[in-house]
Amino acid sequence: MSSAATPAGSRAAVRRRDWRKRGDRFGDAALYIICAGAAVLGALVLILIAYEIVNEARPAIDKFGLGFITSTEWKPTEQFNIFGAGSLLFGTLLSSFFALLLGAPIAISIGLFLSQLAPKAVRGVVAPLVELLAAVPSVILGFWGILILAPFVKSTIEPALHDTLGFIPLFGEPQTTGSSVFTASLILTIMIIPIISAVSRDLFMSVPRELQDGASALGATRWEVIRGVVLPSTASGVIAASLLGLGRALGEAIAVAQVIGAGSEISFDLFKTGDTLAARIANQFPGALTELHIASLYYCAALLLVIGVAANLIASWIGRRFSYAGGELR
Amino acid sequence: MSGSSDPAGFGGKPQAYDPAAPLTPTGNLRRRQIFSKVTEYMATIAALGAIAVLVIVVFAVVRHGADAISWDFIIKGAPEGVAPALVGSAIIVAIATLIATPLGVLIALYLNQYAGRRAAGFVSLTMDVMNGLPAIIIGIFIFTFMVKKQGTLAIGQAGWIGGVALSIIMVPLIARGTQGVLRLIPKSQSEAADALGVARWRTVLSVILPSALGGILTVTILSIARAAGETAPLLLLTSNGDISRVVLNPLEALASGPVRIYTLSEEANPEGFTEAWGLSLLFISFILFASMGARALLARSKRKTSS
Amino acid sequence: MNLPPSRVRIRTDQPAAPPSTNGAGSVALPDAVTTSADAQWGGAPEVVFDSRDVSVFYGAKQALAGVNLGIRRGQITALIGPSGCGKTTFLRSLNRMNDSVPSFRIEGEILYHGHDIYGGNVDQVEVRRRIGMVFQKPNPFPKSIYDNIAWAPRNLGMRSGLSDRVEKALRGAALWDEVKDRLKDSALGLSGGQQQRLCIARAIAIEPDVLLLDEPASALDPIATGAIEDLMHSLKGRFTIVIVTHNMQQAARVADRTAFFSLETSGEKPVGALIEFDDTERIFSSPRDPRTRDYVTGRFG
Repeated sequence: MSSAATPAGSRAAVRRRDWRKRGDRFGDAALYIICAGAAVLGALVLILIAYEIVNEARPAIDKFGLGFITSTEWKPTEQFNIFGAGSLLFGTLLSSFFALLLGAPIAISIGLFLSQLAPKAVRGVVAPLVELLAAVPSVILGFWGILILAPFVKSTIEPALHDTLGFIPLFGEPQTTGSSVFTASLILTIMIIPIISAVSRDLFMSVPRELQDGASALGATRWEVIRGVVLPSTASGVIAASLLGLGRALGEAIAVAQVIGAGSEISFDLFKTGDTLAARIANQFPGALTELHIASLYYCAALLLVIGVAANLIASWIGRRFSYAGGELR
Repeated sequence: MSGSSDPAGFGGKPQAYDPAAPLTPTGNLRRRQIFSKVTEYMATIAALGAIAVLVIVVFAVVRHGADAISWDFIIKGAPEGVAPALVGSAIIVAIATLIATPLGVLIALYLNQYAGRRAAGFVSLTMDVMNGLPAIIIGIFIFTFMVKKQGTLAIGQAGWIGGVALSIIMVPLIARGTQGVLRLIPKSQSEAADALGVARWRTVLSVILPSALGGILTVTILSIARAAGETAPLLLLTSNGDISRVVLNPLEALASGPVRIYTLSEEANPEGFTEAWGLSLLFISFILFASMGARALLARSKRKTSS
Repeated sequence: MNLPPSRVRIRTDQPAAPPSTNGAGSVALPDAVTTSADAQWGGAPEVVFDSRDVSVFYGAKQALAGVNLGIRRGQITALIGPSGCGKTTFLRSLNRMNDSVPSFRIEGEILYHGHDIYGGNVDQVEVRRRIGMVFQKPNPFPKSIYDNIAWAPRNLGMRSGLSDRVEKALRGAALWDEVKDRLKDSALGLSGGQQQRLCIARAIAIEPDVLLLDEPASALDPIATGAIEDLMHSLKGRFTIVIVTHNMQQAARVADRTAFFSLETSGEKPVGALIEFDDTERIFSSPRDPRTRDYVTGRFG
């Protein structure tokens, strides 16, 4: 910010310029401070969240220790007052991973469709529609799930699956209502497909044209180009995207609470009712009375925070480390 | 016919196919083409399936919700209408927007103008983590931080606290989106200002932000669409809102659409379902139109700056 | 490579060897000239590519006008000319690589062994199986050297003797000695010249009929370029080679026949066109068209 030699005679002008420079320095400093402050605030909020939740969970942590994670007894009533999140953790993982199992291949296929197969005009219509699916609020999706999806699942899908694939322990006897881990998984699948497909699509489109041309020039079919070049070079990114979807599924409270039936046993049978950490918190927190009950719910929140943030962090780490740059690992 | 040296011993042997044959698939190509076509069909079905789900859900909401919609439904409170929930949601989301937009834009500015590589990586990470936080966790945190600390649990529910919770959901969206918008602004503009010796803060306020304004608006609309549908935090923070009359004071507990839909969906009352469908229709219409409109605007502005 | 100094020109109408199935018609060229170059081969070799009045459009813009050209089996044919006059466009049309460009449109016919490449029943993938291409910038896959070469043969079902095939391809590309001990290493660790030879090895591993080379040495240093040129000499005969090059000397060193493309400015808009096509020796020593003469003597372009 150097200035030229003082213009002859104009001391007022020099003083104005000095004030201006001082004002500028102040302005620059002020802008920097509020921008950096906002960034710091963001980090602070995260740390605060972690601290508060763990802090409030302390009574339950002290009482139950790590056994909370495996114990399946959850009895809020006065006489028992004993809590264990085993079945909740199990339900969370079962429903989310099953949703990922269903949703990731579908989402990746959609990503391939949008990037490789669809002409530009079709892509311009289909891509926004798939993204709109993500905009549907979870409570509306869950409400639709209760009234429309669950009865359909109970009457049609569950019997069909049980009849054909009943030897797999996942598909047991259909229950009386459609509320089940399976229905919840279906809703979760619908939720995570847009996330995974949007990221996948961007990844697939970033594979250099010359690499795909090189593969085509060797007499490979379209699928072979995808399998041989497009998918391998984007594999880590696609995994990161899937983990993002998993994180979304793990944390969903409302829609799951609406259709999962609030069961409390651990079972691999998807057609039984179940519960997840997030749904249990949504269901019981507003009405919880005893201190231990509340602390146990905080403990659940702490567990949920750990696995949710872990999924997110791993996704970010993969995304950062294995950035696509000629496909080589960096 | 080889008239040249053949160091690799490649020549001499006849090829596995007749080059002069018609250019229809030879060897295993037919099978491979069929397989490739099948995978293409499957990918197309997947995409159509996703759209089908969207159509099915929206159609169901429209079909069932249309019955409930009437002028009274929108204007009056319970039992005829849902006006308190509509107004309540609007106020809560407005408060969230007022908090989140400046914060999000400032964080984006920090990333764009000031952050070195390591700081940028760290702040980006915090935004990613914040984005991935389950909404119920945000709700429970705000509850702890602002409601419970006032004493016992029952008091302390207020609409504005719901707004604070929603703002945490909105900030990473606005920050990320604004960062994208800022990146699109050609560096030449700010470089020209720097070359003229203009202070950074002046450049930001008078050159960069005005260019980014349209994009920031779009990003904000998208975040509003997202926040409008969030239930979990409000369930914990402002679920006791009065549904019989419109409440304008954010210091009181306000009714909100998503919480109302949730409550009605958990009761076994069919009449309540009709009300829930109607409310769903109102909200999904707003959210879908806002999303579509914002994305269209974003696409148009991207085309303008990149051409 | 030196052409025999004979200046005898025998004008012969020699039809190509008839295709073995589906008689697709004679491919006698109007300018079928058996020259001294052809005499090497014991007579004019059959025409592999017969380009008949081929014009290429990208949307409304015409890139190439009325190209008539016959490419003969086992020879190296070079396409030279200033940039932007359609050489690469023409080359890529020979194996339908332009199909992925949305506004691409072609008029006229390109007959490959008598079959129209753009005909109705033609399978694009089959075209590329027989007509391979090596690109200007080396584009190895992010896989090991071995997998780069083995990938396409595996697709084609050539699973037995794969290692032999890979070795033969690498030998054919003059790369074997340099990489034989590190076949499992990533191909991206090779130098530019090695990568390009890898791409050539990759292309010849499936034994195509024709090799199209799009400025294969333009991204390489002179030593690597020399290696590529030596490679082409050793590969021709076994393969029919068409090479686009902006380096005239390279064409003079390597090609049997040379086609000179340039911009035709007589119409309203400039359009790429084939100006002259002849033996390399004639193109460079006594070209018929003044534009050719100007180009090869370095007066422009």
